[in-house]
Amino acid sequence: MINTVNILRLIAVIVFIVCAPFIGGILDGFDRKISARMQRRIGPKVTQPFYDVLKLFNKEFVSVNKSQLFLLLSYLFFVIFAGALFFGGYDLLMVFLCTSTASIFLILAASSTHTAYTGVGTLRELVQMMCCEPMELLVAIGFYLSTSANKDFVTPTFKVIDLVRSDMPAIIYLPGFFIGFIFILTIKFRKSPFDISTSHHAHQEVVKGVTAEFSGAAYGIVEVAEWYEQVMLLGVVGLFFITSNPLSYIVAALAIILVYFLEIIIDNTSARVKWDLMFKLSWGIIFICGGTNLLVLEIIRNINI
Amino acid sequence: MLSMANLIAALIVIPLIFAVLIALMPSDKARGIVVYAGGVINIALVLCTTYMWVFKRNQLSNVTYDGSGICFNLPFNDVFNFLTLAGDLILMVVIIALSFKYHKKIIALLSIIQTCIVMWVEVNGPHPKGEQLSMHFDWLSCIMILIIGIVGSLIAIYAVGYMRGYHVHHKEFADRRKFFFSMIFVFYAAMFGLVTTQHIMWLECFWETTSVCSFLLIGYTKTDEAITNCFRALWMNLVGGLGFAVVILFSAYKFHSFNMNDLIYTFSSDISNTAATLCLAALAFAAISKTAQFPFSKWLLGAMVAPTPSSALLHSATMVKAGVYLLLRISPALSGTKVGTCVYLVGGFTFFAASLLAISQSDGKKVLAYSTISNLGLMVACAGIGTVETVWAAMFLMIFHAISKSMCFQAVGAIENSTHSRDIEDMQGLMRRLPKLALILLIGMVGMYLAPFGMLISKWAALKSMVDASSTIMVLFVCFGSASTMFYWTKWMSKLLGTNEEKQNDVTEKNEYISMFTHAGLAICVCLGLPIISSKVVLPHVLLSQFWYNYGIYGQASISSKDTESLIMGSFDTLKTLVPLNENNLRTMIFMIIAIIIVPVVTYFLTRNTKTKPVIGYMNGINTGDNKHFTDSFGGEKELHVSNWYMDDYFGEKKIFTPSVIIGVILNLSMLGIALATWMGGVL
Repeated sequence: MINTVNILRLIAVIVFIVCAPFIGGILDGFDRKISARMQRRIGPKVTQPFYDVLKLFNKEFVSVNKSQLFLLLSYLFFVIFAGALFFGGYDLLMVFLCTSTASIFLILAASSTHTAYTGVGTLRELVQMMCCEPMELLVAIGFYLSTSANKDFVTPTFKVIDLVRSDMPAIIYLPGFFIGFIFILTIKFRKSPFDISTSHHAHQEVVKGVTAEFSGAAYGIVEVAEWYEQVMLLGVVGLFFITSNPLSYIVAALAIILVYFLEIIIDNTSARVKWDLMFKLSWGIIFICGGTNLLVLEIIRNINI
Repeated sequence: MLSMANLIAALIVIPLIFAVLIALMPSDKARGIVVYAGGVINIALVLCTTYMWVFKRNQLSNVTYDGSGICFNLPFNDVFNFLTLAGDLILMVVIIALSFKYHKKIIALLSIIQTCIVMWVEVNGPHPKGEQLSMHFDWLSCIMILIIGIVGSLIAIYAVGYMRGYHVHHKEFADRRKFFFSMIFVFYAAMFGLVTTQHIMWLECFWETTSVCSFLLIGYTKTDEAITNCFRALWMNLVGGLGFAVVILFSAYKFHSFNMNDLIYTFSSDISNTAATLCLAALAFAAISKTAQFPFSKWLLGAMVAPTPSSALLHSATMVKAGVYLLLRISPALSGTKVGTCVYLVGGFTFFAASLLAISQSDGKKVLAYSTISNLGLMVACAGIGTVETVWAAMFLMIFHAISKSMCFQAVGAIENSTHSRDIEDMQGLMRRLPKLALILLIGMVGMYLAPFGMLISKWAALKSMVDASSTIMVLFVCFGSASTMFYWTKWMSKLLGTNEEKQNDVTEKNEYISMFTHAGLAICVCLGLPIISSKVVLPHVLLSQFWYNYGIYGQASISSKDTESLIMGSFDTLKTLVPLNENNLRTMIFMIIAIIIVPVVTYFLTRNTKTKPVIGYMNGINTGDNKHFTDSFGGEKELHVSNWYMDDYFGEKKIFTPSVIIGVILNLSMLGIALATWMGGVL
């Protein structure tokens, strides 16, 4: 069906596919700049990440195992696909299932070499995945329940296109989920104290961990894919604030900037932890914040019914 | 005469005949041929029955429509009736003889109690008046016979080759293959009977037969471990089987009917009936022991001492699926009751706990076993909630699990025959060493957990319906359980890829490959055919069985199957919102399935000719020329081995298993306690 809404959705998808790397790159640039200032350094230009990635693509392709390349391309494809589903207004649960599938391709690409540093990095990446997964599913469920607690909706829905039309921002119903989600964002963005599988900065104990054996174009693909993923995840942050009121988009943008800044602060003020502490902390926080919020939502819904 | 009654009778009798034939065959080769023939005939009969049901169900003669399916008597029904009783006695004698032989006399007692109750009711008890048709066939039975017939028979075909290899490697065990294959065919007969009968005495007999068959199969090697494990399986299943004895007592003295569907109707329509609550709890208890939920999980874990084909059979097509089948049958009555709540708590907890336990295992078969227990937990939970959506999800979980798990077991078995190890640590780089087997294993794993394939989609539907059913604790179980499920599968999968490995000698026989590749084909077909299977098979069953009870259609023989179906499917439009997979998601999902198959292939061919400079991996410059060796601090060469994480301190069996069993006991006792208290309250 061709109507205005569908055209808008299509435009949103195209804008995402075209612009996400630029937004992601710029955010990365600001990250470096702000981090540098926090450490009383001048820091690189904001556009530096683009030069870095361009340089990666121009390098000679050296590789331990050539099959990395097609696995990484599949990884990139599914990250973009997940983002496109999100910005196209599709099912939120589908979006998260898609990102999990994508990250499995990354893990397979890394582990196909079975070398020392990637080996450790891959397992750590897996633990990171296990820490984030419950929260991602819960966030989708939280949004679904927020629509059923909200009387505007006849039938509850997972669809992003319907979620952005609510009268009340979802954050009102989902404060616990929001805290949990911000928590796992630190893991997802590979920020200290949870940069155990790899890190955006050079200060990594297992020599770039999961990405250790990627070089040149292969590493470039990973960087670009991560930009896409960051934009998608920040979009989810925004979704907590968006309502049918156009002004809410400004609030959402501010919230995204704040959250990103918060992540930079966390990154610069904390020391890396061991995987077991990360695991306990994340599952604990997800269970307490997400679980409590979920219980409250179920109760509200039953009252409404 | 090709009638439904004859076909079902054939499904029960022909495997038994083959069991005898196999026992009589003098040579390996002859036995192999008989097994193939038996397998092929099984598949043909099942397909025939399915054809009759799908296309001819409105034109059948000599059957009664009861709203959800057709009821009929078998030819020589009285003979069958006599045989089931005789079967009960034979089983009891077998159990007594073996438990005395191996000094486990207490186990004999369980069997004696149960058989005595059944015999007492049969001989002295009041017999229901009027005609009771003994068989019942509906969509659920149809799905079950397809799983048993096709997946089960393929396992038998695989077993012919596998067992030959097995006895070459394991000279220490006596060659009892005759017995092994006979038991497998008895198993089929019992399973076919179990899923098509509605006579509770027959059901009990078939149920016990599967328990005893699995007991005999697990004890195949007769090592001390095998003996211990097979008796554990036996007593746990017999304890569950006592539930049937309770139900039989009540059905004779209280409900005056031996008809399973009548009973379920009474259970679900008459909530104030306190005896019904007790019977439901008893049936659920039987099913929980059979599906190896906590606290009964240990029997299924112990079952892996048996040769791989019997594990594949127990885990995928038979045994545990009997438990799921029973729960699905009684799910309309479970829905919204306290017993149902306990059932889904047991299932949900088992899903979560078993998926954590799987993380700490490095034995491939043990990971598969925990994964089975975990997935069964999800099915049990879905049946316990018992809404349209959860039952829908449970049925798909069952179908996908049967195919994928059977495939995984067969692949691991074949890998073990070729590499003499089934440890995951020894599977490094298997994609290069044994590409065909690794591929099969990979497809099986992908089917088990990766989006957008069957299991995950069903799990997602289950999750959504649990949210709708407002069960917070279940949602949390599923979310956390999914995370650990993802962890243990990906961890294993990442071992399979690799470089610099030499190709190994693959001793897998042709028949094994035939079975495995057919499975792979089936898995892909079922994934792609999901929308059709959903709308034509699963949904009609779910809706029919739900509405059957709720709208009082049940028991009105005047309504033909066609009328009921059109009546219910007519109200289908209003139910569309209930269906977990609406069109939109279905489209996304199918796009994703295609993408996940095509994208890697396309990118593979795109990058195949990329110029690359091969280098060795980074190892701080201390590699000694390849990725596998490095210079140690004494200047010598050492081999590098990157091991997976098993996190024994957190998820080890020592740490989690006992607490899980205790929680399982508490949940089961509360279920039985609540039911007993309700009944006592009613009686007093």
